[in-house]
Amino acid sequence: MNLSKLFTLLLVAGLVVTGCSDNNNDDGASTPIDENARFTTADQMGRPAVNTVFISSSSKNSFNTTLPSNQRAAFRTEMETNLSGLSPAYANESDANALGQNRDAFIDLLATDVLNVSLTGTTTFFDGTNVLTGRNLTDDVISVELLLIFGGEDGTEFPGLSDDNVDSNDKQFLSTFPYLAAPF
Amino acid sequence: MNFKKITYSLLSLVLIGSIIVFAADHIDAPAVSGTDADITDYYAFEGASSSNLVFVANVQGLLSPSATADADFNENTMIQFNIDNTGDNVEDLVIQVIFADGVAYAYGPVAPSETGLTSGVEFNATNNASVAITEYGNTANIGTNNGISLFAGPRDDPFFMDFAQYGEIIAGNASSFNDPGADTFAGTNVMSVVVEVPKSTLGSAETINTWVQAKNRIN
Repeated sequence: MNLSKLFTLLLVAGLVVTGCSDNNNDDGASTPIDENARFTTADQMGRPAVNTVFISSSSKNSFNTTLPSNQRAAFRTEMETNLSGLSPAYANESDANALGQNRDAFIDLLATDVLNVSLTGTTTFFDGTNVLTGRNLTDDVISVELLLIFGGEDGTEFPGLSDDNVDSNDKQFLSTFPYLAAPF
Repeated sequence: MNFKKITYSLLSLVLIGSIIVFAADHIDAPAVSGTDADITDYYAFEGASSSNLVFVANVQGLLSPSATADADFNENTMIQFNIDNTGDNVEDLVIQVIFADGVAYAYGPVAPSETGLTSGVEFNATNNASVAITEYGNTANIGTNNGISLFAGPRDDPFFMDFAQYGEIIAGNASSFNDPGADTFAGTNVMSVVVEVPKSTLGSAETINTWVQAKNRIN
């Protein structure tokens, strides 16, 4: 094998290696996985417990793979039915929750499962003043939701069901990044 | 509240409760339960600096301490934070987090080249960060770049609820929660992704709508 053949061989080998490599951008920078990798939605979540509480068993998979912008049209009716079945606090037409929402308004809010987050003010699920402006690690979201589901207009209708009486996490959160406590 | 109402309530709970699991998003649907793509919780809040916003996605819930050392992120599952800053509930910005060879890579906030259920990876995002995935028992690794911070690894599950008593109510064995209740998620861990970004990277809206997706690789 002469020099020019060796050179050709190396060149071809180099091309082949380049061609097989799937970890390169067009500009040649390396990417940690195949630059053409594609991913499709398996699970999604905005507000806590929406799928688990308001979506029927047979629809739970499809709720997770329906874009938020399409969820209201697809799931609003069954969410209303399930809320009515779950809580008698909305039995009458005039019934409302502590936010002043009747059943329609409450479901209208929940039927697009996104978390609303303020970029200019306090971020919290509910802190007694601000409502749905984010979700902190310390927010007692389950008690808030139980209250809105069972508590009626002033939060007192079904006291035994509208608070699970677990108000905080079992570990202290950190005041700095990454905020979540170290694992057990 | 009268007796009839209570009875009706409990009856409804029994009927519906038999098919629902009341937790944040843990094991919410059969297709993802027990998989690496099962999101347990989503949080978004102002950071220690009021100039920053923090996004937290947790997956793989109810890890016992003994199981946590072997838990890992799946290289075929991408975590995508979606941000709508125009009020139409369609993502205008995304932060995508992928995992490869023990490292987590975050791309964004960046305007995605395509919106919807299926995505490529925005490798060319100017906003990006990477960090070695923190191993169980080690101090948290924090990756920073251009004001963006990234963490990936096991954490205590921040979710709290008396799920066990809820189950008793559902089963008809109890008529109310206990006071005090007991946190069913105490002592369990999750796999967490935490991203902190300057609010200035999220646009100029006063309020954003945000949701998180776990996306599985299809090619």
